[in-house]
Amino acid sequence: MTQLPQSTERKMGLVIDLDTCVGCHACVISCKGWNTENYGAPLSDQDAYGADPSGTFLNRVHSYEVQPAEGPAQLIHFPKSCLHCEDAPCVTVCPTGASYKRVEDGIVLVNESDCIGCGLCAWSCPYGARELDQAEGVMKKCTLCVDRIYNENLPEVDRIPSCVRTCPAGARHFGDLGDPHSDVSKLVAERGGMDLMPEMGTKPVNKYLPPRPKDKIEDQIDILAPLLAPVAEEPKGFLGWLDKTLEKL
Amino acid sequence: MHPAPSVIIFTTLSGLGFGLLFFLGLGLPAVSGWVAFVFFAIAYGLSVGGLMASTFHLGHPERAMKAFTQWRSSWLSREGWCAVLALVLMGLYAIGTVFFGQRWGVFGILGALLSLATVFTTSMIYTQLRTIPRWNMKLTPVMFLSFSLAGGALLAGQTRVALPLLLIAALVQILYWRQGDRALAASGTDLGTATGLGARGRVRAFEPPHTGTNYLLREFVHVVGRKHAEKLRLISFVLAFFVPVVFLLLPFNHFVALLAVLSHLAGIATSRWLFFAQAEHVVGLYYGKR
Repeated sequence: MTQLPQSTERKMGLVIDLDTCVGCHACVISCKGWNTENYGAPLSDQDAYGADPSGTFLNRVHSYEVQPAEGPAQLIHFPKSCLHCEDAPCVTVCPTGASYKRVEDGIVLVNESDCIGCGLCAWSCPYGARELDQAEGVMKKCTLCVDRIYNENLPEVDRIPSCVRTCPAGARHFGDLGDPHSDVSKLVAERGGMDLMPEMGTKPVNKYLPPRPKDKIEDQIDILAPLLAPVAEEPKGFLGWLDKTLEKL
Repeated sequence: MHPAPSVIIFTTLSGLGFGLLFFLGLGLPAVSGWVAFVFFAIAYGLSVGGLMASTFHLGHPERAMKAFTQWRSSWLSREGWCAVLALVLMGLYAIGTVFFGQRWGVFGILGALLSLATVFTTSMIYTQLRTIPRWNMKLTPVMFLSFSLAGGALLAGQTRVALPLLLIAALVQILYWRQGDRALAASGTDLGTATGLGARGRVRAFEPPHTGTNYLLREFVHVVGRKHAEKLRLISFVLAFFVPVVFLLLPFNHFVALLAVLSHLAGIATSRWLFFAQAEHVVGLYYGKR
């Protein structure tokens, strides 16, 4: 059913720390790996080793440059995947009921056997979170690793989305954003977590933590600098002679 | 947006076909027998042909029947229902006029209304998308309906009605282009809101996620040169409205009428190509493409 649930019991989602992300793309690779081998149709590539390779990805990392009015520009790596919106337009536009939002945890999923591959859900998503797989003809999207997070065959430490498990910088966090006492909710409150394109009215569950302000370089670069000042201002002896001779040349 | 031939053919032909069905359902012209057969054959050819074309871009056309299930929330599903109901009712009405020489008015009027409803639901598929500000305007359904009515009247040979309807459609087209050109800026969405970093300074897309292209770029990021688009707008306007209006003012003859219809069809198809090709999806912002 592609009507959205009134509310969900939990709001499982990701918190992505733009301050910490180093832009290594490890989450992209681990996402592709896990989701190609597990839930649903594999994420195909076209012309993978040819001149014009392209493929289906559920998570992509952009990089942006932000130039403040004063001071140096900042480079921000920006991972982007499905935000599992509360008011997900991709769910309501679906004509077949293939696209749905789960009542129990708020995860937005696609029932691939019902998907006709019309692409309208991808049109309705402002974030580019959905991609029509070119080999399978069905819509692919982030499942929040629904086949990991409840999977009792995995060690407990692995029962989190593949991207979160992989991130070497600890820039990705997973949890219940509907519970104000969860670690992720506290993190969002503490760091001023934000929505992407709030004006679209999608009410994303995933939050982004803004980069912390950069340190300002004032007059003194290093408090140890005075202690490291050269002791001898004028070279003496052989070096002094060399200095003078070279200057004469 | 990628201007896929299947959706351009679909919306252009079925818009015209359902416009013709609207007038036939109202008994304009009140035809029967072979003449009615020809009129209905043209109307069904256009509307059904268009609907068939729309299935070409589906990943799994064999599952198309599932699209009738979600009429409560999905405009695409509602469009399917309206189209099928309109075609069935108009089919019954056509049987009456073609084989029995009788006008079963209830079927005709209901079928006519459902034909318009089909065009409206088609337009709402595009209008509902907040991600594409150029489509997310009240003028979008007005444009689809005014085109369909003008084309339908032209095809039904309703000269007196067609003339004002063509002029109205022409006006709507100009207003749509004017408002559409400002829609993305007016929406307030830019790379700053897309990344949430706008308050910190000027945001610039530094590096895309991939060196190659992807589905999102192919489907949503189609950039038409401004000069190119302006020329096409002029061509489409002349063909869709100016030429048919001039031909309608000439003394009636079937050959001129045919030319007027073909010119209108070519103009509407060009306008529809621009409707897709010029539509800016906000996901392009993430790629620095707007």
